[in-house]
Amino acid sequence: MNIALINPWILALSGITVIITVWMGFRSAKSSKSAADFFVAGRSVSVGWNASAISGEYLSAASFMGIAGMVMSMGYDALWYPVCYACGYLFLLLFIAGPLRRFGAYTIPDFAEGRFDSPVFRRIAVCFVLFIGFFYTMPQMKGAGTTLSYILPGLPYWVGVLVVGMVITLNVALGGMKGITLVQAAQYWIKMFAISAPIFVLLFVFGGYGENLAKNQTNPPAMVRQIDAEAEAHPRKALPAKAPRDQDWLAPFGPLTTKAAKAAGLNDQEARPLSLLYTYSLIIALVCGTAGLPHILVRFYTNPDGVAAKKTTMWVMILIGVFYVFPPVFGVLGRNFMPELYQAVGSKGPDKVVLELPTLLTQNKTLGSILSGITCAGAFAAFMSTFSGLLVSMTGAVAHDIYGRMLRPQATPEQRLRMFKIAAILVGGLATLLGTQVELLEINFMVGQAFAIAAASYFPLLFMSAWWRGMTMKGAATGMLGGGVLALTCVTVTSVSDIISKSQQAAAQAAGQPWTPDGLTLFWRSHPLWRILAEQPAIWTVPTAIGLMIIVSKLTRREIPADARMKMLVLHAPEDLGLKQEYIQDHAGEAH
Amino acid sequence: MIHSEAFLNGLMRRQLRLSITCAAAFVLLLFGMPLANYLAPAWMAQKVGGFPLSWLILGVLFFPYVWLIAAYFIRKSMALETSEVERVKAASHLNDPSA
Repeated sequence: MNIALINPWILALSGITVIITVWMGFRSAKSSKSAADFFVAGRSVSVGWNASAISGEYLSAASFMGIAGMVMSMGYDALWYPVCYACGYLFLLLFIAGPLRRFGAYTIPDFAEGRFDSPVFRRIAVCFVLFIGFFYTMPQMKGAGTTLSYILPGLPYWVGVLVVGMVITLNVALGGMKGITLVQAAQYWIKMFAISAPIFVLLFVFGGYGENLAKNQTNPPAMVRQIDAEAEAHPRKALPAKAPRDQDWLAPFGPLTTKAAKAAGLNDQEARPLSLLYTYSLIIALVCGTAGLPHILVRFYTNPDGVAAKKTTMWVMILIGVFYVFPPVFGVLGRNFMPELYQAVGSKGPDKVVLELPTLLTQNKTLGSILSGITCAGAFAAFMSTFSGLLVSMTGAVAHDIYGRMLRPQATPEQRLRMFKIAAILVGGLATLLGTQVELLEINFMVGQAFAIAAASYFPLLFMSAWWRGMTMKGAATGMLGGGVLALTCVTVTSVSDIISKSQQAAAQAAGQPWTPDGLTLFWRSHPLWRILAEQPAIWTVPTAIGLMIIVSKLTRREIPADARMKMLVLHAPEDLGLKQEYIQDHAGEAH
Repeated sequence: MIHSEAFLNGLMRRQLRLSITCAAAFVLLLFGMPLANYLAPAWMAQKVGGFPLSWLILGVLFFPYVWLIAAYFIRKSMALETSEVERVKAASHLNDPSA
């Protein structure tokens, strides 16, 4: 590690963010006492705070760093990610937020158990909290490793991951969620400032958003415009060979969605229908996945009533929608002015464009450093808040559901609290280790994969349980397990296969030898359709999950819970009618 | 009256109709965009202030469109809840003169 290369501004601003986050966590640890405080913050959070906190937790490393990196490397197709991340909330609002809030349960496993009176179901639901959680924490860890190796040049990727993973794990083990509500609300505003302020300065210096996009509208596509390059105030830099061509990058159905077809050697016309399929499957995964993310849903219970829950969703959509306009601008500017990132891989590649782009302001080096420090601080806020939030919901699942409900229902509150801390350390440690393995995958892509699993498991469960009275426990469990496991398998197989083939490719390149693809890579090449359906499985796994739910529920019609009507009433009747039942069974152990 | 089959069915149907109407407006643009890109690539690539039209819609204009749908839904669903509560209260007055 070369100390001389460290930029003091960047180091200082990042350090302050970390210290404030940790300090707030510790400070609030003193004021949170009971187990309920740890799980849903005592349910006493105002709309403004709650909306900021949800947004703060939601805007992860994928939103802050990953989208910009992906827009830079993939172009137009990557825009589906921010749009669906933001607009998936609409589905949540339309179909799920209201009923779930009225039902009043602490966690999704609580909802699953309350709706179907079956503790078995809780176990399936808990498993998915963990599956989705681990898939979601991996990209956060990549963000952490990338940011630290940018701030401290020469620091190995995995060291950065370990350091950040340990800090957050300890913070969660000691602080719990009460602190996090406040911290995450503040972090939304840090992230919003950090993503927008540098953009305004950069656009002021390098020309507008549209103007910079227009620099890519060259014809013929492969050539940089030579003629008017001198007339332009800021001509873009020449693209390296690895960068996608202008037309592919700017137009729909570019590198992201045609990758599988191009690997199979199909021509443009043959690839187009496959790209359309890929796009639709991606949209379904992201929209349905947003509506089923467990760590987001748990926040709806921190609203005092259903009206507040709806207002919160509205505000969340506005807060994150405004945010999502900015990251793609980094991607566009990165393509024009920092094309050397296309050549690099892993933590040195386009995923760090948000961090490094402000250093383009070479006329005023201090300003460039400060702005780069600000984006680094925003990146810290992004992966720290999301990782903490995920850790709380995963730890909650282990401590509250597995330990408190299944293993030791008689545990005292002190034992539960201790278990929460132990579980936080176990889950955080495992997530950190997984994070060290994913340097070669794109941050945003990995988060998209977590959404694909949520879309095929939680979304069908929540949607169908809230709106269809005929659902039985067996139907719900089969559908959720079937869809979720299919999605999980596909996503894991494609990701692991990509990591293996990319690292072999890099190793062969370094050794100067030709790369011989492994069997699975060859299979993907000869079967592009299979590759797309495995990489983006939502288009068939979501209907499969819903179909299984309907078929199995019809077959087990006699097992429809006897009080199904009462439950539907609680899910749908206005709260003013006073029907609300509390399904919180925090004292269930004592009652039995 | 709120424990009657008819009340629950009516309530859920009204809620679902509202949700589906709003979802349809959303899905129309969401699923229409890739199709428009597929069927009319030249038209979607036309320049609007430096932006290709498809980029402008997806990168910027999509968000306010969704806010409008959300705001409409929240207004309507709150009105729906109020009217249901009034209906129940009116009915219970009729059934229970002492109330």
